[in-house]
Amino acid sequence: MAEQANVIFRRPQSLSENVTHYCPGCTHGIIHRLVAESLDELGVRERAVGVAPVGCSVLIYNYFNVDFLEAPHGRAPALATGFKRMRPDMIVFTYQGDGDLASIGMGEIVHAANRGEKFTTIFVNNAIYGMTGGQMAPTTMPGQKTTTSPFGRDTSLAGYPIRMSELLSALVTPAYIVRTAVHTPMHVINAKKHIKKAFRLQKENKCFSLVEVLSTCPTNWGMPPHEATGWVASTMQPYYPLGVFKDPEKGVG
Amino acid sequence: MAKKLMKGNEAIGEAAIAAGAPHYFAYPITPQSEVAEYLCWRIPEVGGVFVQAESEVAVGNMLFGAAATGMRVFTTSSSPGISLMQEAISYMAGAQLPVVLVNIMRGGPGLGGILPAQSDYNQAVKGGGHGDYKTIVLAPASVQEAVDLMILGFDLADKYRNPVMLIGDGMIGQMMESVEFPEKYRDPVSPEGKDWALTGAKGRKARITKSLFLDPEKLEINSIELDRKYKRVEAEEIRFEKYKVSNKNKILIVAYGSMARICQTVIDELEEEGISVGLFRPITLYPFPGQAIHIEAVKANIKTVLVVEMSMGQMIEDVDRYLKGKKPIEFYGRTGGIVPSPNEVKDKIRTILKSKKAESK
Amino acid sequence: MLKQKEVVMAGFGGQGVMTVGQLLAYTAMDEGKQVVWIPSYGPEMRGGTANCTVVVSDVRIGSPIINNPQSACVFNRPSLDKFGPLIRAGGLLLINSSLIDVTSGRDDIEELLVPVNDIAIKLGNPKVANMVMLGAYNGATGIVSFDTLLKMLNVKMGHKKELLDINHRAIAEGRKIGEKFRTKAGTK
Repeated sequence: MAEQANVIFRRPQSLSENVTHYCPGCTHGIIHRLVAESLDELGVRERAVGVAPVGCSVLIYNYFNVDFLEAPHGRAPALATGFKRMRPDMIVFTYQGDGDLASIGMGEIVHAANRGEKFTTIFVNNAIYGMTGGQMAPTTMPGQKTTTSPFGRDTSLAGYPIRMSELLSALVTPAYIVRTAVHTPMHVINAKKHIKKAFRLQKENKCFSLVEVLSTCPTNWGMPPHEATGWVASTMQPYYPLGVFKDPEKGVG
Repeated sequence: MAKKLMKGNEAIGEAAIAAGAPHYFAYPITPQSEVAEYLCWRIPEVGGVFVQAESEVAVGNMLFGAAATGMRVFTTSSSPGISLMQEAISYMAGAQLPVVLVNIMRGGPGLGGILPAQSDYNQAVKGGGHGDYKTIVLAPASVQEAVDLMILGFDLADKYRNPVMLIGDGMIGQMMESVEFPEKYRDPVSPEGKDWALTGAKGRKARITKSLFLDPEKLEINSIELDRKYKRVEAEEIRFEKYKVSNKNKILIVAYGSMARICQTVIDELEEEGISVGLFRPITLYPFPGQAIHIEAVKANIKTVLVVEMSMGQMIEDVDRYLKGKKPIEFYGRTGGIVPSPNEVKDKIRTILKSKKAESK
Repeated sequence: MLKQKEVVMAGFGGQGVMTVGQLLAYTAMDEGKQVVWIPSYGPEMRGGTANCTVVVSDVRIGSPIINNPQSACVFNRPSLDKFGPLIRAGGLLLINSSLIDVTSGRDDIEELLVPVNDIAIKLGNPKVANMVMLGAYNGATGIVSFDTLLKMLNVKMGHKKELLDINHRAIAEGRKIGEKFRTKAGTK
């Protein structure tokens, strides 16, 4: 009997063949793939539009095989609002880091969520500014050393890290808001479920959806990748608890 | 269509609908909030998009996203709000997206006042945001012209894939005049045939709308392309109006928008006194009709070119640039929301003529 | 006859000065004239005085801002103080004598005192004081025909039919005063 080769793993159609520029141990690549798989599986690639942020993932449009818009720093939710209102038949998502979304773009994300805009936000939280070289972010951990907090984040001056998922969950408008992580295979599988659900809810025109993903930055954290994944579990996760904060289907939030 | 008596602000909103652009994103600010108050009920009647945003920063960026669909979109605001939109305007110019923005100018700088002014000329004409770019700038002098230029503005924005700004002042926005709209309104403009619009990567390569070019050579190419486009705009889109311009003119006034109307009264009244003055009114502020002004200004009888603005003097720099010292230039302006009266301008002209007479003695 | 006529309507917010200014502008437009209606706007409208200027012309209108109008209708004291001194010499000032117990003190303009609030109350609705004033102004100046004015009133107020009658009567009351004034002025 002739041997038959079955394809059991392939590049999602929604991803392009370009090699990413991300540092070794950075989990942007994993998150990109989870988004791409979700678009493929929901059959929406051909009507998807992504909005790129300013930050490490500024070149995200090179890695996807979908239409993309490149936003000014922090404004991706405003662009997504404009696009989605004009084309409610399309699937629109923003992909933003913590500097982009939680700092300069705080106003845009809060109001987009509050209006209940029917797009999806992938919020990648790695507790630091990556692209500009490791400065303090609004999500930087208390005591965490960065190039602009060389003695560690001083909460008496810089305040405490902002828990974006919790903050956005306080809005009354229905939304799907969840925090996930990708530092172990189990977490990756779980994150995929939530990302896909976020896009499904958009496809069904249900609500605004945001998936926060705790991510790594070995380069700017100053540690090897395996230690970085451990740092997510030991330092970030206790402060940023994983879970579903708002889910209109389950009456949560 | 029958004439209607309409406020400038409302007529501007209706004109966008007539132009096939019932898609409006805005934040309230005096003296143009009536546009949003009008469109919030009018747009749903025609099935467009109306969004009251959380800030003008968001408005600009909503337009950025919305314009990328290939459909016609617009906003209206006033000076401080337009300042906040400069970020998005620069990005849209860089990404070559069509959009129409209306600035019903009020006095500045800062929070300034709410009364009419023309002190945002430089911001509008020289490109208020960062980078090598231009916005096409149109300046109506009546409610009817505001309507006509709105419709033209959308056509120019589409034709050149570039932001177009219509600048009026509180007077244009607040006053009611009779106005006529086109007999037939255009259907909302669709993305069809626009090879740059984001419509989903179905059966084609993915498209990217961006202003980021990390490779300096590519960024330079982008700027050269933009510059080539602006050269075309300068060659093809200059518009102006002349009022009582003749070889008898002793003075040539250059003024735009509401200020030009006031100067029209000045010219009529001086004519009765036997003083011949002509008015050159730029309708496009960018591209600036400098050559045409030059042709009128160098005529033998003209003693002085008088630039009148509701500012401390901004357009005068462009007039000066084209006159190249061939004729003396004088300026008269009031600002802060004070509108020069015809009498003030007449006095200025009499003073100029008197000093010229003294000189020639 | 002058090519261009200008009038300022000024009073407290709520006295309907903007409305009568607009009605005059609509009417003149309907008669084929060039018109501009321009209001004061912004914080000065909050609780204070409100005013609008109407310009009617046979030719293209230049400046929409009129520093020295030919005429003004003042509904309250602050408006008299503001616009009384600005009226062009030889112009006309209509004063709401129900609320204003002084005059401009000028001898180079004509003045017509009309107790518009008292007349409106007598008619049964104090809100039509503005229409009394408009009737008096147009009676005295004849800028537009009363036929067109009443026609436009019907058009603009068609949705409030129950108020039409009293507005008609208010304009008629004002008209009598205005026309009597004009006849007298003409025979001077």
